[in-house]
Amino acid sequence: MLTIQCPHCGVQAEETELSPGGEAHLSRFGPGSEDQDFEAYLFFRENPKGVHFERWRHVHGCGKWFHAARCTVTMEVFGTYSAQTTEPPKALRDKISEKRPGWTWRDIA
Amino acid sequence: MSTRLSHGGRLTDRSTPVQFTFNGRSFSGYAGDTLASALLAGDQMMMGRSFKYHRPRGVVSSGAEEPNALVNLGQGDTHEPNARATTTEIFQGLKASSQNHWPSLEYDVGAVNAHLSRFLPAGFYYKMFIHPRPLWKHVYEPFIRQSAGLGKAPHPEARDPDTYEHFYAYTDVLVVGGGVAGLQAALEAGRAGAEVLLLEQTAHWGGRTPVDGGEIDGLDPDAWIEKAVGELEAMPNVRIRTRTMGAGIYDHGYVLGYERLTDHAPGQPGPRHRLWRIRAKQVVTATGAIERPLAFAGNDIPGVMLASAVRDYLVNYGVAVGDRTVVVTTNDDGYRTAIALKRAGLDVPAVLDAREYGGGALMDQAKEMGIRVETGRGISKVKGGKRVTGVATCGIAGSGALIDEIACDCVAMSGGWSPVVNLWSHCGGKLFWDEAQACFRPDTDRAPTGADGKPFVTPAGAANGYLYLSETLSDGAVGGRTAATATGHAAGDAAVPETSAPVEAAPRPVWMMPEGAPYEYRAKAWLDYQNDVKVTDVQLAAREGFESVEHTKRYTTLGMATDQGKLSNLNGLATLANALGEEIPQVGTTTFRPPYTPISMGSIAGEARGSVFQPLRRTPMHDWHEAHGVQWEPVGHWRRPYCFPKAGESSEQAVHREITATRDSLGLLDASTLGKILVKGPDAGRFMDMLYTNLMSKLAVGRCRYGLMCSENGFLSDDGVVARLDEDTFLVHTTTGGADRIHAHMEEWLQTEWWDWQVYTANVTEQYAQVGVVGPNARKVLEKLGGMDLSAEAMPFMTWADGTLGGLQARVFRISFSGELSFEVAVPAGQGRALWDTLMEAGAEFNATPYGTEALHVMRAEKGFIMIGDETDGTVIPQDLGLDWAISKKKDDYIGKRAQERSFMDNADRWKLVGLETLDGSVLPDGAYAPTDGKTRNGQRNTQGRVTSSYFSPTLGKGIAMGLVHNGPDRMGEVISFAAADGTTMTEARIVNAVFFDPEGKKQNV
Repeated sequence: MLTIQCPHCGVQAEETELSPGGEAHLSRFGPGSEDQDFEAYLFFRENPKGVHFERWRHVHGCGKWFHAARCTVTMEVFGTYSAQTTEPPKALRDKISEKRPGWTWRDIA
Repeated sequence: MSTRLSHGGRLTDRSTPVQFTFNGRSFSGYAGDTLASALLAGDQMMMGRSFKYHRPRGVVSSGAEEPNALVNLGQGDTHEPNARATTTEIFQGLKASSQNHWPSLEYDVGAVNAHLSRFLPAGFYYKMFIHPRPLWKHVYEPFIRQSAGLGKAPHPEARDPDTYEHFYAYTDVLVVGGGVAGLQAALEAGRAGAEVLLLEQTAHWGGRTPVDGGEIDGLDPDAWIEKAVGELEAMPNVRIRTRTMGAGIYDHGYVLGYERLTDHAPGQPGPRHRLWRIRAKQVVTATGAIERPLAFAGNDIPGVMLASAVRDYLVNYGVAVGDRTVVVTTNDDGYRTAIALKRAGLDVPAVLDAREYGGGALMDQAKEMGIRVETGRGISKVKGGKRVTGVATCGIAGSGALIDEIACDCVAMSGGWSPVVNLWSHCGGKLFWDEAQACFRPDTDRAPTGADGKPFVTPAGAANGYLYLSETLSDGAVGGRTAATATGHAAGDAAVPETSAPVEAAPRPVWMMPEGAPYEYRAKAWLDYQNDVKVTDVQLAAREGFESVEHTKRYTTLGMATDQGKLSNLNGLATLANALGEEIPQVGTTTFRPPYTPISMGSIAGEARGSVFQPLRRTPMHDWHEAHGVQWEPVGHWRRPYCFPKAGESSEQAVHREITATRDSLGLLDASTLGKILVKGPDAGRFMDMLYTNLMSKLAVGRCRYGLMCSENGFLSDDGVVARLDEDTFLVHTTTGGADRIHAHMEEWLQTEWWDWQVYTANVTEQYAQVGVVGPNARKVLEKLGGMDLSAEAMPFMTWADGTLGGLQARVFRISFSGELSFEVAVPAGQGRALWDTLMEAGAEFNATPYGTEALHVMRAEKGFIMIGDETDGTVIPQDLGLDWAISKKKDDYIGKRAQERSFMDNADRWKLVGLETLDGSVLPDGAYAPTDGKTRNGQRNTQGRVTSSYFSPTLGKGIAMGLVHNGPDRMGEVISFAAADGTTMTEARIVNAVFFDPEGKKQNV
């Protein structure tokens, strides 16, 4: 059972306090978008073995959404950050590079 | 025979006799006995029948790994199946019985299976009973269920009278296992200043060492253990618990502990079991090792036992399992049993040592005591039926040619020791194969890692493969120091206690005895006692292509019983490796999963039973409903009145009365559970336009509008009335079940997509009590209360107003879900009961009738109003329900709009909502499908529609229904047939407009 630190309230939260929200950093495609883009936005998800960026909500805590970078193999949590951003912060990406040299996720590295 | 000796028994108290029964027969033991030791003391060697062949089985081990001696404990409400006699402490009045036999343990009809065993090999059931398919459910399965199985589950009406609890604990270092390694680890971590929690599954500290002997710090092991426990108890940063098993290790240092508080002393106050939910920074697994049985013909006959168990019963309980014990061993440890027996004055006719050159110091000691030792020797066959009578010995290497026969009534076998790596492996710790010791050991370079990516489990002592006392103790110290250091505490470097114990010679791995055993021997050599898996079964699986150890496990059921293969796994996979011509590490192990031994369902439930199983949400009018004969309906966590039957009235009659009273005069509905969410801020209108399909931003202050919410996938997700309170504020009403979900939906979009929009949401559902005042006299009763102008001119349909009603601060919405003149009155929750009482009193002259959810449903169906969850199921879009009018054409975007533009949704050729009227006036079965010509690719009939809501309408005096029908609105007047649940009874129904009652809306617009 995971523990993940909520970046809003600072609590080292138990997994039972959190609810998972799937893949992070999706770009919304609305009316007028191409079928392929909309399909990818709505249905296609990364399923990495290794570094992953996810959305979580501290639902039984402060109620805030946040992002977490996690290894899907070892469950290591590299860090958490605000949900109000479109890509992982540079400092976190560098930290992951130290631990998992050569990692990639979508077009991020 | 097995007997109690006149002296001995370090764990028993001979001054305290304990009476108990087994299969109705009286037995006597002593305080400190386990059920197994007390039964053995009474010469009850046979304790059960095997699962498949119903062979007589006796106890094999003395601990948690026991596969055979499973018993029923207690009776009636306290009945518990599959308890291990080896870990059950006896108490005065204990009632135990054996399992899996009929009519009795001694004479079991099912034992005929044993004679058929050559026709019942691994996979027999899979192959035999697969055809013809229909026979499985009605013939084969009931028969197999009757003849197979272990204990009986408690009666479904039985109610466990005991209580259970959960316990949350946080610690720096958790040490699992209170043997000498665990004690030493806890001492080291405690001395370093770390917070320590030490768990031991048995009632005693020290593990095997007091039985196995040696010296620690110049002390007898018992004395050293007492000193160590004393030091731990004196440390304020250390907590220690016996009778508490480390059940499982999970991600990020989460560990479950299982404490058995009163199993050994029922009647004591407090919970029976406690589930410890532990978060540990570091875990030391000092879980010891388990001795392996040997595979030889007849190794399951009662009286064949692990050598360590024979020694345990002798030393710990003063019980001699037999008068004449033959020891068969592949390592030096077996000699300890021979020596202990001989010292107790019992006969040891021979030690059969599989090693050609025998063992070390312990062998020499045995020889000096006059024990006959035969090296390079093994057992080809055990003689006896319900009890061992002798063994046939043979050379270890050949095919079992008889050397001699030795009469005996007990066989003590030792196939070497396997570290208990279960907990290490639960969370991903890897293993390596130790060729010299013939066992899997934790690979500490590949430890389970935690949230920070660093190892959080350290194996210690025998569990780490350090099987000899000196290594065990020093490795325990290393484990404790490693864990303490990892939690930021400086570990000491004081010398580890000195130990002395005999030097042992290398073991010889033996997986089949003799190594060239012919079929008839292999077919009687058991690997998994509990599931009756033999050497030949595993070999058959290999021949039939089940080469993966995971496949062989499932095909043969090896290691799948309640003991999870604690004794059988390694022997089984070594047999598989030999059959495949591979090395053991190439074959690998199956996956170790928690819990280590079964834990009670009660402990998992903890306090969460009865009224505290889940929270119950009550409206402010709950007590009134309760006092007036309500029939409740659970809606989410809420309790809502379903109807209010009067004396002698059926629920159906009550519903009809409630509807008629409402339509004729006045009905009152407790609508407090309706979801209420405030959406506020400068961007509230913009956000509401995204949330709803409607153009909510243009809703005038003071007005209400019915709106639809969709998921991003386009499907209808919730509906309700929105009131605009002021320029920046909307009050959103959701369905009763939807409030939390919709509030979360709003927060998700606001926090993760439109985070720069200035909008604030608050779920105020429980802040207000709300009453639906419904019917032709609704306005009259509210006017009687006085304080607000509710005339049609002042307050037209779909408006709201704040004011005072009968002295209560109220917000009145003029909305209708019934087709009647209707007001919903909201007051602060604390005033809800007052409002209800006032309305009941003022409404008395109008026959004010409280109504429940069923009347609400029927009335809305009479009007053709949809209900989320009835007309929608997550695949229905608003357009399917004829709700196009609620979808704004003026907006560029709303959640779900893009999805609804997809070709298969933006298409006239869909199942759409219609009314359905049976030709005979009957009520269509809810959920019924209308079949049509042709079949699907799966051979099922094609369908053209289904019923989504169906009721008897007391207003119209006939059955009415709504349904989704293929191109339904284009087929008005057509008659189609719906199938009942039996698939053949058909009911004809005409497709009609879904608005059955008052289509012009004359009743609500007055």
